[in-house]
Amino acid sequence: MNQFLKDRETQIVTKGKQSAEIACEKKSLAGSVSQRACVFCGSRVVLYPIADALHVIHGPVGCASYTWDIRGALSSGPQLHRLSFTTDLKEKDVVFGGEKKLYHALSELIDKHQPKAAFVFSTCIIGVIGDDVEAVCRQVTREKGIDVIPVMSEGFNGTKKDGYKIACGALSRLVGTDDSYKPSKYSINILGDFNLAGELWILAEYYKKLGVELVSCMTGDGRVEQIRRAHKATLNVVQCSGSMVHLAKEMEEKYGIPFMKVSYFGIEDMSDALYEVARFFKDEEMMQNARELVREEISQLLPALQPYRQKLEGKKAAIYVGGAFKAISLVKALRLLGMKTVVVGSQTGNADDYKLLKELCDDGTIIVDDSNPNELSEFVKLTGANLFIGGVKERPIAHKLGLGFCDHNHERKEALAGYVGMMNFAKEVYASVTSPVWKFINSPT
Amino acid sequence: MILRHTTKEVKERTALTVNPAKTCQPIGAMYAALGVHGCLPHSHGSQGCCSYHRSTLTRHYKEPVMASTSSFTEGSSVFGGQANLLQAIDNIFGIYDPDIIAVHSTCLSETIGDDLGQIVGKAKDDGKIPEGKHVVQASTPSYVGSHVTGYANMVEAFVKYFSFNTNEKIRQVNLLSGWVEPSDMREIKRITEMMDIKSVLLPDTSDVLDTPMTGKYKMYPKGGTTVDEIVSMGNSMKTVAMGEWCSKKAAIMLDNKCKVPFSLTDVPIGLSATDRFVQALSTAGKVSIPEIISEERGRLIDVITDMHQYFYGKRVALWGDPDTLIPLVEFLVDIDMKPVYIVSGTPGKRFDKRMEEILSEKVPEAKYKNGPQADMFLMHQWIKEEPVDLLIGNTYGKYISRDEGIPFVRLGFPILDRIGHSYFPTVGYQGAIRILEKILGEIMDEQDAKSPEESFELVM
Repeated sequence: MNQFLKDRETQIVTKGKQSAEIACEKKSLAGSVSQRACVFCGSRVVLYPIADALHVIHGPVGCASYTWDIRGALSSGPQLHRLSFTTDLKEKDVVFGGEKKLYHALSELIDKHQPKAAFVFSTCIIGVIGDDVEAVCRQVTREKGIDVIPVMSEGFNGTKKDGYKIACGALSRLVGTDDSYKPSKYSINILGDFNLAGELWILAEYYKKLGVELVSCMTGDGRVEQIRRAHKATLNVVQCSGSMVHLAKEMEEKYGIPFMKVSYFGIEDMSDALYEVARFFKDEEMMQNARELVREEISQLLPALQPYRQKLEGKKAAIYVGGAFKAISLVKALRLLGMKTVVVGSQTGNADDYKLLKELCDDGTIIVDDSNPNELSEFVKLTGANLFIGGVKERPIAHKLGLGFCDHNHERKEALAGYVGMMNFAKEVYASVTSPVWKFINSPT
Repeated sequence: MILRHTTKEVKERTALTVNPAKTCQPIGAMYAALGVHGCLPHSHGSQGCCSYHRSTLTRHYKEPVMASTSSFTEGSSVFGGQANLLQAIDNIFGIYDPDIIAVHSTCLSETIGDDLGQIVGKAKDDGKIPEGKHVVQASTPSYVGSHVTGYANMVEAFVKYFSFNTNEKIRQVNLLSGWVEPSDMREIKRITEMMDIKSVLLPDTSDVLDTPMTGKYKMYPKGGTTVDEIVSMGNSMKTVAMGEWCSKKAAIMLDNKCKVPFSLTDVPIGLSATDRFVQALSTAGKVSIPEIISEERGRLIDVITDMHQYFYGKRVALWGDPDTLIPLVEFLVDIDMKPVYIVSGTPGKRFDKRMEEILSEKVPEAKYKNGPQADMFLMHQWIKEEPVDLLIGNTYGKYISRDEGIPFVRLGFPILDRIGHSYFPTVGYQGAIRILEKILGEIMDEQDAKSPEESFELVM
């Protein structure tokens, strides 16, 4: 592995061989073919699913083009979030400033679409050219009577994770602005689910069966009104370690709402998520409902998984995803299918995540932070993986190496959360790993 | 209706682009650089830019797309990106070992005033560029032009850096194909070979973004124009530059620097543009047009004749990039269709002039617009005013197609939801037949689906 960037050595460990803690939350090295994105990307993906808000991207055209409807975050109502609005800054705006353009764009859009709130994303050059986005937002807020919220997400200003934090800041300007709502005794907010492939709807159904009211989801199938009254909920249930913890912490401090971290991937984590909530509310009936739900789901799911498990038993998987929390769930979910995780990494994991991963994985598993295609393909070769789980940039590399692939990112086509999600996951992994195409790779000559 | 927000009345907008019909320069620079052998594109800016371009190209080609980034931080935005780029150059040659690094700038690095030429010069002085390796650079701020200009700037940068006239004329023709697919580049080479002309095509993404599956991953696939080839372009007899927006800059550079004259022609999409291309090749290569090419042309005309009734009078809306739209619109007019709405987010004054030449007589009612606010929102408004029979453009037309129930042929960049563009060319006479096949497929499917039982036809 001598070809790897020397300075990256600390960001790669093999369980059982190195005892050192993995180095993470570092900036990527200049010159690396990193799979990571930027601050803007982090903020954009978190706020994007709020379907009745206006999302305006202040900057040159690219940032708006590349994020136009790329996230499969479903809305049961408005589709405004799927359009792409940009101030499309030109050279003369860079010289003279883009504030006026932003003001006009916002005024025009708000008049036309009557959104419930507006988010204004600052891209790289906005801070550099000195636009006072806050001031423009304040002015439009005053004139139009809706919240126009600046999202200061200049791309260079940290990592994607910092973008999550900035998005949380934007959300917290909405949370607590509607005091009129009175939820039931047992009420929660779901934080960190984005309703990819309709996953939120699955979870909402589960919680409903438990007798728990969902006050808001941030931000899957999100609505401004629900976010305004989110502070009325009794508990915050937070998924995905990276994106929403900041907001949960802030809501705890400000409104005294406790939060718990959960994951909805795989049987174990999904069931825990339901039990934990029931335990929190200390309600025997709710716990009984949870047990029943889990029993019923599992009694159907386990036998249904069996045929897939038989075919997948002993196969090896490599995981490289955005957040490490997801990776943890995936290791467990793969284990349920009889598969062993041989490589696991993330773009934005923190020390706690990696510690957990290290405990969870078998000896010999390579654990890596902020990896790149060369490393990943080397690891796959070294470990003889049969499956790769990742996002859009990893898919073709995996395929070129002759590996099955499962998209666990924005472009997932099937819901992977919940019990039905576990079933979908098994089917997808099975279909890809056992595809007849793999036997044709070597030509007959 | 996903586009339920589109209103019918077109109101003048000045500050706002909705659903853009373009993207930014750097992705074009990245695509062009991928068409040079052993070259790693490098994005001098924030990490997100590089990640977005790679993702978009990957979605379009379903292929690994490699590029590195200067990974700007807050510090770089204050003190400049020189340190990042120097470190990047060092790291890239040390680890990824390309023959060439093709650096392009971004809006951020341009706004803070980074001078790529000066930084690369310093890298050279500091001995960070190993013997026999190269760093090429192009200025591509996102607030100027579009992805198309980024492509043109990078191609120009390659010939500026490498091409050299050693006073030994080679019997060879330079081909600048413009921003077309790997399949199109293959087809352009095939046509040139059929005419028995030795050529160098720059860039050449065939065998880079359409590579076979072998079970092995190669960071630098076998395709791409080689350094030797680009150097030799300075000794060629002539350059055939296809497309004013994408190829003219590099052609002028070759003329100025190496005294290789050029003929500027359109990207050979459709009948007339391919005629002109073949003619330009024949002049440049001093060869006559072989029978085999005339036969391909004849087959195209045969298809047009056979199917004319289905094309005649159909109203078409198109969007995309000027270099492909101009010959495509001309082709539609040639086959008696009516291209009535055309938008391109890419600026450039010649667009209006070319469209007027093609359309003023045959389709006087046509509306066209390029540059700011020439976006998919405007296109949708026009369509709402008076509908069309067919849409032709990149994937972003699928919302209009669905909401308005209009048949849709995917052509252009990006295509995120269909395959085929990597493998089946749309340039040349054969490519034109493919365009017709796609148009007819859509029109006839529509007819089959919508016609009443009594007029549902078996034979069409």
